[in-house]
Amino acid sequence: MEIKANIGWTVSEMARKVATDIHDGAYVNLGIGIPEIVASFIPEGREVIYHTENGLLGMGKVAEKGTEDFELVNAGKKYITAIPGAAYFHHADSFAMIRGGHIDICVLGAYQVSEEGDLANWSTGDPNDVPAVGGAMDLVAGVKTIFVITQHATKSGESKIVKKCTYPLTGKNVVSRIYTNLAVIDVTDKGLLVKELAPDISFEYLQQNTDATLFQ
Amino acid sequence: MINKIVNSSEEAVADIFDGATILISGFGEAGSPIELIHALVDRGNGNLTIVSNNAGSGYVGLAALIENKQVKKIICSFPRTAISVVFPEMYRKGEIELELVPQGTLAERIRAAGAGIPAFFTPASVNTPLAKDKETRVFNGKTYVLEHALNADFSLVKCHAADKYGNLIYNKTARNFGPVMCMAAKTTIVQTKKILEVGQIDPECVVTPGIFVKKVVEVSNPADESVLVAENRRYLWK
Repeated sequence: MEIKANIGWTVSEMARKVATDIHDGAYVNLGIGIPEIVASFIPEGREVIYHTENGLLGMGKVAEKGTEDFELVNAGKKYITAIPGAAYFHHADSFAMIRGGHIDICVLGAYQVSEEGDLANWSTGDPNDVPAVGGAMDLVAGVKTIFVITQHATKSGESKIVKKCTYPLTGKNVVSRIYTNLAVIDVTDKGLLVKELAPDISFEYLQQNTDATLFQ
Repeated sequence: MINKIVNSSEEAVADIFDGATILISGFGEAGSPIELIHALVDRGNGNLTIVSNNAGSGYVGLAALIENKQVKKIICSFPRTAISVVFPEMYRKGEIELELVPQGTLAERIRAAGAGIPAFFTPASVNTPLAKDKETRVFNGKTYVLEHALNADFSLVKCHAADKYGNLIYNKTARNFGPVMCMAAKTTIVQTKKILEVGQIDPECVVTPGIFVKKVVEVSNPADESVLVAENRRYLWK
């Protein structure tokens, strides 16, 4: 199983697909890394409020050089800004928003997603790695809808969409939709339903390069 | 007469003893009480259990406390960053214990301690290695894991402004774990950028009521961890 490099959608195109699926008025938490890019692609006319779990609702853009405030950071510890109408709160309140089901959508990266929507995104299980989990397990347990944005395969060409996760889980049966460079895939009761294929990608090609079983 | 203000960071940490469990506020450098941590490094207490979201950056603040071999165990959610060196090195050598806790569970375990709740059920970490050997229970068809309160002997917290009653307000996302940590320790020690007269903080805007605070020290110009790290400063060398 080997997927050609630079095939299908670019990361920006993937992020635009995710952004299109975020409704007006949504409260959204974006994971560290590629998920952060999604904010740049929210269609005009939609108002979305961003939550960052370190205590801010109403996160604005990344701070411009020279205006950074060391006490205003996001979950990835990037210097950011707050929008007018933002609110600060402590960590227990912030995770009450998450665990209490008040956040509508969370967009996360992934090492692996399974046919049943299990997510592995915090540890490869390598004993030489220092394990770190952050807020990922709370987010998948509490946020209403979990979107995953990821390359379809690892850098060494292995499918990240798998029958069963081999890495330690972040949560079981938590992912709603997967956006990869090759396809948009819904996790359903019947399995993984391919909703959209990237240009020049056939269902057969996708299935050949995916460990999990897909259907149309 | 109530006056919680003390004159120095050294005086503020003077009661800390070997083997203590200490909550330290901060999300990375935002809200990290670096002067109080350095005072604890100077004091030299050992065998400490530290509860903090991260495990320090570079060789200053929490990283200096760890490098100085004062920490037996750290309880945290994210013990590494792009610029953390001390903890990963000691962890790989088996010189420090780690209890990894999901961030929201960490916050709630601390809040529960402060609120007199010994344990609670949460859905976070169910079916993952972090729930291994923990009691679970099903409520309304969904599985939850039992997590215990995280009581502590001391908390070291940074805030923006305080009065002599110990009422506190914070600055932006530097608030993070401060308010829950103030509640959860027998002795809460706070460093503040400003001391205000009693009555100057609008009671509607007090974030931590003074009842949760024991000692307050003014550090009007605290060091910026990221600046020290960028300059490759090492507290132990001074």
